[in-house]
Amino acid sequence: MAPAKKRNVSSAKTTEQSVKTAKIDLNTKVESILESRKNANDVFDILEILQSAKEKDVVNAVNACSKLFCTLLEKKELFLGKLPGEEEALSGGYSAEEKYRMFMRHRYNSCVEMLLEHLSHELHGVKESALCCLMKFAAGEGQHPLEDLDWSEHYSFPRELIQAVVKRLLSKTTDNSLMISRFQEFLEMEDVRYYVMSSIRENVGKVMDKNKGALDPIYQNNVFTLMSNISVPSQESELTNFMVKQEAKHDDWKVAKLNEHKRVFERMWLGFLKYKLPSNMYKKILVILHDCILPHMSKPTLMIDFLTAAYEVGGAISLLALNGLFVLIHQHNLDYPDFYKKLYNLLEPSVFHVKYRARFFHLANLFLSSSHLPVYLVAAFAKRLARLALTAPPTALVIVLPFIYNLIRRHPSCRVLIHKPSTEDEPLEDPYLMDEEDPAKCRALESSLWEIKTLQKHYHPDVAKAAMSINTPLSEKEDDISEVLEITTYELMERDLKQSQTKSVPLEFETATQLLKGGANVLGQHFCLD
Amino acid sequence: MGKAPKKRSMADKVRKTKTSTEIKNNPFEVKINRKKFDILGRKSKHDVGLPGVSRSKAINKRKETLLKEYKQKNKSSKFIDRRFGEYDTKMAPEDKILKRFAMERQRNHDKKDVYNLNEEEELTHYGQSLAEMEKFNDLVNSDDESEEKGLLSAELTASHFGGGGLLRKKSLGEQQEGEGSHRAKSRQELIEELIQKSKLEKRERQVQKEEAQELTEKLDQEWKSIQALMVKKTPKGERVEEEKPKLEQYDMMVRELGFEMKAQPSEKLKTPEELAREEREKLQKLEADRLRRMMGDEVGESSQSQIHMSADDLNDGFILDTDDKKTLSYQDGKWNIGEESEEDKGEDEEEGQSGEEEESEAEEEDEDGDEEEEEEEEEEQEGSSEEEDGHSDLESEQESEDEEEKQDEKASAKPSLSKEEIKAQQEAAKAELPYTFTAPENYSDLKDLLHGHTPDNQRLIVARTQKSNHASLAVGNKLKLQKLFVFLLEYIGELATRSPPELTTIDNSRNETLELYTLCQMFPEAACKAMQSILGDAGHSMEEVLEVKGHVAFPALDMLIYLKVTALLFPTSDFRHPVTTPALLYISQALTKCPVRSLQDLTSGLALCCLAVEYVSFSKRFLPELINFLAGTLHLAVQDKTALGYTVVLPFRPSGKCSDLLVLSDSESCQSWSKKSLPLSATQRLELKNELGRDHHRLMCLSTCLDLVKRCCLLYKDLTSFACIFQPIRSLLSKHLSAQTLPELLQELHSEILETISSAPVTHSRLVLERKKPIPLKLLTPKIVEVLDYGKKRGSTREEREKERLQHKYKKEFKGALREIRKDTRFLAREKLNEVMNRDSERKRKVRELFGSLATQEGEWKALKRRKRK
Repeated sequence: MAPAKKRNVSSAKTTEQSVKTAKIDLNTKVESILESRKNANDVFDILEILQSAKEKDVVNAVNACSKLFCTLLEKKELFLGKLPGEEEALSGGYSAEEKYRMFMRHRYNSCVEMLLEHLSHELHGVKESALCCLMKFAAGEGQHPLEDLDWSEHYSFPRELIQAVVKRLLSKTTDNSLMISRFQEFLEMEDVRYYVMSSIRENVGKVMDKNKGALDPIYQNNVFTLMSNISVPSQESELTNFMVKQEAKHDDWKVAKLNEHKRVFERMWLGFLKYKLPSNMYKKILVILHDCILPHMSKPTLMIDFLTAAYEVGGAISLLALNGLFVLIHQHNLDYPDFYKKLYNLLEPSVFHVKYRARFFHLANLFLSSSHLPVYLVAAFAKRLARLALTAPPTALVIVLPFIYNLIRRHPSCRVLIHKPSTEDEPLEDPYLMDEEDPAKCRALESSLWEIKTLQKHYHPDVAKAAMSINTPLSEKEDDISEVLEITTYELMERDLKQSQTKSVPLEFETATQLLKGGANVLGQHFCLD
Repeated sequence: MGKAPKKRSMADKVRKTKTSTEIKNNPFEVKINRKKFDILGRKSKHDVGLPGVSRSKAINKRKETLLKEYKQKNKSSKFIDRRFGEYDTKMAPEDKILKRFAMERQRNHDKKDVYNLNEEEELTHYGQSLAEMEKFNDLVNSDDESEEKGLLSAELTASHFGGGGLLRKKSLGEQQEGEGSHRAKSRQELIEELIQKSKLEKRERQVQKEEAQELTEKLDQEWKSIQALMVKKTPKGERVEEEKPKLEQYDMMVRELGFEMKAQPSEKLKTPEELAREEREKLQKLEADRLRRMMGDEVGESSQSQIHMSADDLNDGFILDTDDKKTLSYQDGKWNIGEESEEDKGEDEEEGQSGEEEESEAEEEDEDGDEEEEEEEEEEQEGSSEEEDGHSDLESEQESEDEEEKQDEKASAKPSLSKEEIKAQQEAAKAELPYTFTAPENYSDLKDLLHGHTPDNQRLIVARTQKSNHASLAVGNKLKLQKLFVFLLEYIGELATRSPPELTTIDNSRNETLELYTLCQMFPEAACKAMQSILGDAGHSMEEVLEVKGHVAFPALDMLIYLKVTALLFPTSDFRHPVTTPALLYISQALTKCPVRSLQDLTSGLALCCLAVEYVSFSKRFLPELINFLAGTLHLAVQDKTALGYTVVLPFRPSGKCSDLLVLSDSESCQSWSKKSLPLSATQRLELKNELGRDHHRLMCLSTCLDLVKRCCLLYKDLTSFACIFQPIRSLLSKHLSAQTLPELLQELHSEILETISSAPVTHSRLVLERKKPIPLKLLTPKIVEVLDYGKKRGSTREEREKERLQHKYKKEFKGALREIRKDTRFLAREKLNEVMNRDSERKRKVRELFGSLATQEGEWKALKRRKRK
């Protein structure tokens, strides 16, 4: 091997000198190797370049490798079956032909290893080409298996290779989201997806057990990114796109069955979710849970534990868990005790400030749309929302006020909240107990919605107008809150900014003389211009 | 059978013999139409009828028409008598015969000699023979006929028209007297004679007149020849010349007096009280307007639109306002004209507004050095006068051209300030500045213009630019000034973003703020648009950053300044305002979305809070974000963050790395702290060297915060949910932020706030819907319409009435026609019957005759026979 090495060094030098010649060089080398077995040793040169520092060289080498070994795989010039060690292969009594095959198989193995290492290369170009090459190898191996065919369980699929790729993708140190999005194109193929899912499950189990359940944000993030990219088709007839066509016994193949897919998908997710998660990960999962995960699971009810736990957490996570819970309650007959009580307790001042406000109100609207709810409960919700509205920004207020009105419309017995002509005309203190957790005991029905009366003095004209409508009997028709759910402050601003100027603009009549002088000058009393 | 007609005919015969009066007086002939009611003022034609008369009339008429027709019926030929007056019943038969004879004669005569002139007959005109006339001696206008008046004598009229009545009778008598002698003269001759006489007379008169005309012509000519001689003499001329200067002088005097400006009935000199009252009334009106807008009534007629716009208004911002008018007024027994009056008025105004302001101004003036003060005063006055001119004078262009001269004039006009030295100084200082500026076309122009000048000069430059480009001076100036507003805004923003911020430039006495204000008053729409675009951009960028990052930094200093300027230029109390509403939204968004991470952030936040309080201080509108932020700020000062009895809202968190920002590092620093104003630049960069400085800054923030809380308490005292809103602050202050750890000044505030909160009423009466007006039941009682004019006019409109009338007429006519037809048929039937009866009776008679003759024959024959037998 010594001369080969020498040549390697020299060729490395040449590549350093000129990249272009290197590419031609590589191509000629690949061709020469494929042409005659005499030039087999040139493969070392290619492998050498594969390890070089230059991105372009490496990419070229990867391309050369993929071309070389794919052709070899097609020609079946790689050794099949259990591979003996290199030394043993040389020494053992094999024919020259076999020796050559073994030699090439060893080179192939080392090439795959190098490529796998390249998957955690710092340069994206290298990673990408390595990934593509590996997937080409996988396809080639699937078509022309390197194992003996008598091993029937997994049919012919390069499981190990896929497992190794997945392992590299789920790195613990670097954020591989770009790579994973590149990888997504391969996930379109049913068999690849199937095996990737099972390898993820194995990988997660292994890694997390090793970590003893401790948090590993980068790793978990990678896992999540990969998993969230996986979606199972909804019908079995859609399972058509395979990387490896199985000629025999295709129908018995697990990969061709949707149920198997769903089961693997479910096991993958459950395996992931059973470990402790960082809170932002929790949110991310809950956000996609109801439309990306639950529909693809064979038994969505298995998620109950996870969702219940999330619902108990409180805050934004609970809000997000609502959505999943709603799906389970609505479609899978989940009976959740004290659901409304918990929903009631979710109403905190922060509800109006979180990002998921629109989603929450959409769901709350759904939950409270039932006309079979007891009056005390609806009144408690209305009162609590009104109380919280005192701290809400205008964008939330334009949702909350119609929301409360809708509650009162659906339950006419709640009208006492805004209209209670009493015989004794004496004023009273608000009997509502804000701190009471049980809506049944919070005495909301005895109270009135003074908060809305307060909001009639709100600074934003739209809010004030909306609040004014409790002065007169509410109209029969419900307000549609879906339009305002996503409203932003800027949109509210635009309502005034974009108004056509038909009327003249009122002006301040007190003459302004100085910046910090004049009428109600609060700023000037605390700040100076220095 | 034939009785009735006979009877009638008898009656008719009888009637015919009687006169009409006899018939009318005969009670048997008269039929009285009884009236049901007597109506005053109505004349009825048909109260008395003569049925017999009218019937016989009708029958006669029918006999003449219908009967004739009937008789003519089925006859192929008919006889029409064409003789003159054959069918005219009124003409007497003798007359008829005479007339017919005359016509006969005429016809014969006419045929014979229509065009034949006899030899002996002479053609004449006015009694003169035409042959004579052809010589044309006489050229007299024929229009002298008018002088023939009074010629109508009795004879003439008698001869011409055969009338004359009594006059004629007399003459007749005369004629009869002299009948014997003049008998030969026929009437015809007489007339001819008369005519000739009159014509002669006429001719004579004409000749006389002609002579007179000739004479006058002659006289005229002679006069003309003499006239030339007479003009030269002019004996009166000298006398006239003597009098002339005197007259002129007098005339001039009179005219002068006439044209002299009469002392205009000037408005009553206003006492300071009156001025103040007027000012107050104006302010009250504006205030009422503001209140109305605040209540959110439809702002259809704002004060702006109510201002009367003249048809000649160029809409160039040239407002002839009370402010601009220089009114003559007395101040302390002296006349105030021009600048001084303006100054005083300004002072009055300020007095009217608030005494506070005046004080502050006085303070400010005190701060400046004495010399500076004087100079500034001078400048100020000038500036104001210049502004005055800019508003009211169209001559401002001229003025700016030869400003120097004018200044001199001014100086001499103001003896109170005629300090030569100061003037000289001032002029030297100003010599560098030109007096006209072209309006900047873009922002960098403005920057170049202002670059390198002292703030004072910058102010002057802007003022002069504005003045020399006043909208009334040229067409494009309006646009230029609108641009200037935008550039000025931009400039202010840039000043604020410089480091260190050059805010003092913005706020030098009588400064850009004022310029902005005046420009804004001129072009509200443009100003509104400029402000809106700034706010919109800021809001949009904040929204974008929020979407990407989830949080956003506090607005920079320029935005704070813009918000403050907004509050100065536009009313913040309006229910809905195109500028201030978005500005408030922007503030609220900043207060909710910007996390507080440092003391600097907190300072920004507090400045925003100050602005927010300012915005709502008049309208007392509820701003939840403000309370949240203040509560959060107080929370930052709490040392022990466990067991909170309240919740803090975003952007604050109950605990975390930045939740102890306001906790004092050393409790001793309270002692050395004293309150002073925070610099606005602290919102951008805060350099505090040591812990003590930081602590002091913390205390400053805390004091600001507490003061704002106090203001909020006072503002929102009347809200129904006051207790709920301030519950977090109350528990914070009472339980977590004990007063002992604070300096005395803050302790006071602390206790005041707690008192205000606890003193607010916690009980409210229940909510009740507004009482609706009950909807009235449907009324089923008949609708009674009062009829005011009685009569037959049933139709309401003119057309209807006309139609009604026509229909009525038609009906009447139709009935009448039917009646006539019926009468006609009856008449005809009668006639036919008569005919038949007549024929029958004739036949009977003839038959009887025959029978009679036969019987006599028979009788004779029998007698013969008998006789034979015998």
